[in-house]
Amino acid sequence: MSLHLILFLLFGAICVAGAVNLLVQRHPINSALSLIAVMAALAGEYLLLGAEFVAAIQVIVYAGAIMVLFVFVIMLLNAGEEEETKGSRVAILFGVPGVLTGAVLTGWVVLRHSGTEPVPIGALPGPPTEIAHLLFHDFLLPFEVTSVLVLIAIMGAVVLATKPEATERKAR
Amino acid sequence: MNLPIPIFIAASVIKSVIVLFVLLTAIAYSVWLERKVVGRIQNRWGPSRVGPFGLLQPLADGLKFIFKEDLTPPHVYRPLFLAAPMIAMIFALTSISVIPFGNSITVGGYSIPLQITDVNIGLLLILGITSMGVYGVALAGWSSNNKYSLLGGLRASAQMVSYEIALGLSLVGVLIQSGSFSLRTIVDQQGGHFAGFIPRWNFFHGQFIGFFVYLIAAFAETNRIPFDLPEAEGELGAGYHTEYSAMKFAAFFMAEYANMITVGCLATLLFFGGWHGPLFGPPLMQALLPVFWFTVKVVCFIFLYIWVRGTLPRLRYDQLMSFGWKFLLPLAIANLVATAIAVVW
Repeated sequence: MSLHLILFLLFGAICVAGAVNLLVQRHPINSALSLIAVMAALAGEYLLLGAEFVAAIQVIVYAGAIMVLFVFVIMLLNAGEEEETKGSRVAILFGVPGVLTGAVLTGWVVLRHSGTEPVPIGALPGPPTEIAHLLFHDFLLPFEVTSVLVLIAIMGAVVLATKPEATERKAR
Repeated sequence: MNLPIPIFIAASVIKSVIVLFVLLTAIAYSVWLERKVVGRIQNRWGPSRVGPFGLLQPLADGLKFIFKEDLTPPHVYRPLFLAAPMIAMIFALTSISVIPFGNSITVGGYSIPLQITDVNIGLLLILGITSMGVYGVALAGWSSNNKYSLLGGLRASAQMVSYEIALGLSLVGVLIQSGSFSLRTIVDQQGGHFAGFIPRWNFFHGQFIGFFVYLIAAFAETNRIPFDLPEAEGELGAGYHTEYSAMKFAAFFMAEYANMITVGCLATLLFFGGWHGPLFGPPLMQALLPVFWFTVKVVCFIFLYIWVRGTLPRLRYDQLMSFGWKFLLPLAIANLVATAIAVVW
């Protein structure tokens, strides 16, 4: 077993364990922390593929910035433990078939592509210069459209977060 | 990296041990320096009893922290309360691993770089690690189950996330100029002089606005005066570490000083030419002088930190936020745009 495979399995195990722990934990802050572990382990997997830039961005943006905001909101609301419900009928009616369909689809895709070669280290565009060339040259239009999408989301959040009193005061 | 594997591993282990030892010593003595300098600023002596010039004071402090009662209050959320100082400490110490201290040295025919590891995304790695360091402070504040701690933790996370943006953008100017994320490459490009005597440092190479934005954002990132609102003793007790005692408290303290040193190293590498400086004397001296210049620059930076601490009062919280978002961030973006235009020109 090569070191590469051992590390892949290690990060994969952390990922899956974190994801399961996220669902099992009762307290929101523990769930958020498990999600951070999942993000960090994913960054490790990206590093194994040779995509060091994506790995660094994964840590900075997801594990660093976005999850800090999650933790911040949980702290601010001082959210307590969640209550246990008896399970809703909707969840059973739609959830169980949904999980089954998802499992079948995943299995089908994996089986169908089982003959493909594994990706060797460094086969993916890793260095920042290549990523930059892809983003700002080959896929410039989709990239810019995405940024407009994010801008719209930010504006929506600002509109929703503005208190009505504040706008009234300004109108006067 | 063309070293044979066993030598590579041996060199890495030795370098890690040395760097960790030097870093921990540096942390201890920056505390001493701070107490001494702030003492003189306030017209008193600072530590003077333990050893000559109080030089053994850090040892005495360390022993005191170890032997003090380590109290865990009954109302805390125990797992995170114990984990938070460790998180703060681990991330503070890890970021030093990609900092280069000097050029390569040649030992027994093998060229060994003076750096634990030279990754080509070094700068991004440091930013990632520092952005994870917020959790130590935030979780300490939350898990203490105390309103002052919680307020301190909230302030810390809001402040660090806000100023991280300005910090990152202030570094992009340097990145555009050098075209690389590798700290070693960035330093190598700052060798030589303008007009024969001005060093070709990025600070003199059009990045002085970038440097000042970085400097201010770095003060906020390390929670130092005038941005130490997370531990404002006048209003929050001691902020996020109110409930911590003995070595757990010391862990936060050491993490803060380790972050100060990392930020100083980064400023030296990115804006002040790293280990470049006048070289003279016999070959051994020529080999050691770069490390000496690097250390001198970092110590100057730490002295600046202490000087500011002894001089400026603390900001108000709304001033802090509006300064960060309405002044520092636009300034960083303007600097970035100007640098980009100048480079393309």
